[in-house]
Amino acid sequence: MLYCQLSSRIRIPYAVSLQPNTTWSTSSNLSNEKSGHCTSVPRNANMEKLRSGYLFPEISRHELEHTQKSPHARLIRLGIGDTTQPIPDIITSAMAEHAHALSTVQGYRGYGAEQGNMALRRAIAETFYRDLGVKGNEIFVSDGAQCDISRLQMLLGSNVSVAVQDPSFPAYIDSSVIVGQAGKFQEETGKYENIVYMKCGHDNNFFPDLSTTSRTDIIFFCSPNNPTGYAASRQQLKQLVEFAKANGSIIIFDSAYSTYISDESPRSIFEIPGAKEVAIEISSFSKFAGFTGVRLGWTVVPEDLTYSNGFPVMKDYDRIVCTCFNGASSVAQAGGLACLSKEGYRALTRVVDYYRGNAEIIVDTFASLGLKVDGGRNAPYVWVRFPGYSSWEIFSEILEKTHIVTVPGRGFGPGGEEYIRVSAFGHRGCILEASRRLKNLYK
Amino acid sequence: MSLTQNLYTSISSPSSAFLAHSNFNSRAKNVSLPAKRFGICKCVSAATQEAQTAYKTTVSRNANMTKLQAGYLFPEISRRRAAHLLKYPDAQVISLGIGDTTEPIPEVITSAMEMRSRALSTLEGYSGYGAEQGEKALRAAIASTFYRNLGIEEDDIFVSDGAKCDLSRLQVVFGANVTIAVQDPSYPVYVDSGVIMGQTGLFQKDDQKFGGIEYMKCTPENGFFPDLSSVSRTDIIFFCSPNNPTGAAATREQLTQLVKFAKDNGSIIVYDSAYAMYSSEGLPHTIFEIPGAKEVAIETSSFSKYAGFTGVRLGWTAVPKQLLFSDGFPVAKDFNRIVCTCFNGASNIAQAGGLACLSPEGLKAMHEVIGFYKENTDIIVETFNSLGFNVYGGKNAPYVWVHFPGRSSWDVFSEILEKTHVVTTPGSGFGPAGEGFIRVSAFGHRSNVLEACKRFKQLYK
Repeated sequence: MLYCQLSSRIRIPYAVSLQPNTTWSTSSNLSNEKSGHCTSVPRNANMEKLRSGYLFPEISRHELEHTQKSPHARLIRLGIGDTTQPIPDIITSAMAEHAHALSTVQGYRGYGAEQGNMALRRAIAETFYRDLGVKGNEIFVSDGAQCDISRLQMLLGSNVSVAVQDPSFPAYIDSSVIVGQAGKFQEETGKYENIVYMKCGHDNNFFPDLSTTSRTDIIFFCSPNNPTGYAASRQQLKQLVEFAKANGSIIIFDSAYSTYISDESPRSIFEIPGAKEVAIEISSFSKFAGFTGVRLGWTVVPEDLTYSNGFPVMKDYDRIVCTCFNGASSVAQAGGLACLSKEGYRALTRVVDYYRGNAEIIVDTFASLGLKVDGGRNAPYVWVRFPGYSSWEIFSEILEKTHIVTVPGRGFGPGGEEYIRVSAFGHRGCILEASRRLKNLYK
Repeated sequence: MSLTQNLYTSISSPSSAFLAHSNFNSRAKNVSLPAKRFGICKCVSAATQEAQTAYKTTVSRNANMTKLQAGYLFPEISRRRAAHLLKYPDAQVISLGIGDTTEPIPEVITSAMEMRSRALSTLEGYSGYGAEQGEKALRAAIASTFYRNLGIEEDDIFVSDGAKCDLSRLQVVFGANVTIAVQDPSYPVYVDSGVIMGQTGLFQKDDQKFGGIEYMKCTPENGFFPDLSSVSRTDIIFFCSPNNPTGAAATREQLTQLVKFAKDNGSIIVYDSAYAMYSSEGLPHTIFEIPGAKEVAIETSSFSKYAGFTGVRLGWTAVPKQLLFSDGFPVAKDFNRIVCTCFNGASNIAQAGGLACLSPEGLKAMHEVIGFYKENTDIIVETFNSLGFNVYGGKNAPYVWVHFPGRSSWDVFSEILEKTHVVTTPGSGFGPAGEGFIRVSAFGHRSNVLEACKRFKQLYK
């Protein structure tokens, strides 16, 4: 276990994601003040429909403002779900060795298969889908789930209808808007008119009431869930698969946090019989292996998944992958293979356990303050309710008074209002310090 | 060596086997049955029944995907190669088809990647998410190496996992309601991504073009630079120089014309400079050398062909602050939004390699490898010249564009593959004006290039 002393300097990550980018005007309609030239290319109307920046750079921006305002504050970042613990040696040495091999005649490799290195595809099938009938050739290795979500959207096109959980990971909605599926944003409801929002809250124990959910072509479903931390049960996922089958829909199942599950909840949609005819699964090495910067993930598109005309979805996805992508970095893939070796997987389990330990501390902290706490048991996110308060207000208060960055629930959809997401990635010392500060603030 | 490495490459491209398309079997591409059903000796009615009772979702296939004619060009070349190897398992196949780098990456670069990898297992050296636009030091190095004194700054640079991926992200920024122009012939991604985005009409078999795209012919007759006076206005103009596949490098005068054309038409040039370091002295290395280009152009580039990063994955796109949509909105702001939402940054290890590439030692090492491939190109050019062919390109790019007048390029491709076991790329794969040409790429070990040339001389003497 690694413990770290909280240093007195602000912990700026190596990559400095707080670098102030070009300061853009917040108004979306910049007039051309100089006598400069405007092209006559119309701006993509879909981009105009986006409300503001993507959620996580927005959080970074607030962080940056805060550090500029309070330069001596010891910031603790429990906002963006960014991993903090070093990657086990066995994995980084595999990457270093591969990098070294690229400087030799025998070891040099150029373009890899766009779908990924076959050994890695098979290892993913073996490790995560053993006995579930998922084959190596149904697995497409990528540079991460966020990128795959957009590639899937390009695949599906603008003429499909989409449902998301509410709250949900913002990339599903944002990519849907960008591709032209979402229609206009409605200020009164805080929702896009063409997207079906499946509320997940206390009233329904964080699983949508499918009996009142309209049919859509595509259903985005994340379990264990970001941001609520809820892992759907086998029974619930069976319902979901039945719902999809009855409606002829396709589920895009995001299992990026499956390795955080600590009970018997299903780790893959393909544990449910019949799922291969209705679901695509996306996943990632980011939170499992600390690969947030290394960039590696995968998508499973079963051979049996077909469009209404019988055309295999996999064939079109393969075309997208070959045309709009050129494969994940060979170095990252070498790391991925090492992650899935016996020793690598074992080492990673210890890191995941470390973050789980953090989550427990955070859950206990808020629970001890009498707040309603969800998540934290099957996911590295803790979902805390502040009834009657705006989540951005709470976010700002916590940042102002304790110098802790969290994420306001509203950023994940209207269903996130009144909630704060606290992520459990961090050095243990920082988590403990955060716990102390929060107890102080809300005692 | 080459045979086993080639085998490795073909085996690791399973899609090419799965997508068993043929360009000249027009019936095959309409068959929607999965590949496994081909060649099975079942009675027809049972097979049909199986297809009918299999569950289908009620999600419509994206109509844009239906417009695509066949697989992407290069997996198709891989498939042909793999099929050839099956037919001639002992053949020493030489690959001068896909532009895949072959020479090892200089150690100054790989050791930086090694160091970064190992640093990730230490407390001080570990880093998680990087800035989606790329690491500051790398952005700065790219700006100062390639755009010094041209007014393109660090924050105009967006680091990526390669030009191919950037092109699609740019297309996502532009959306379906823009018109595009491409050179003919051109790198297939411009057209294919345009089709996928919905910017085009249907493929027209008679002229082998997609409706709605403006094809700017580039042939020996016009010195491989389009006659802009006969080009219709489009919103976006894709322009690659030095050119893939023709190898032509536009002069300063030509690019000045192009920039003026774009300015007069209110268009945006997407300038692909992936091969700029292959061009000789005196030719523009970036569109931004042309005054006024910052108001009309985006430039995309890549470490693939400079540093052998085809597998490592690293590139960049420069979007000037002065580039505005018709309503005055900065294009860079939308590109930044796409990069933050649809992407999560290039691999930090690849970026560490990129930074080393741009150190003085790294630049020197890259120039040496580029020089090596340029020598290969000279050998190939000399070979085809000596055989009496009209040969183009090869001076400013690692591609040689050989004319076979009156012949189908796929036929010539097949003939060369069959009789010399050398893989090339048929010109028509790059567009209708590529018909009658073969692209020979100059990436390869010297011995393979020499051997290939020996075989060409034998075939065409």
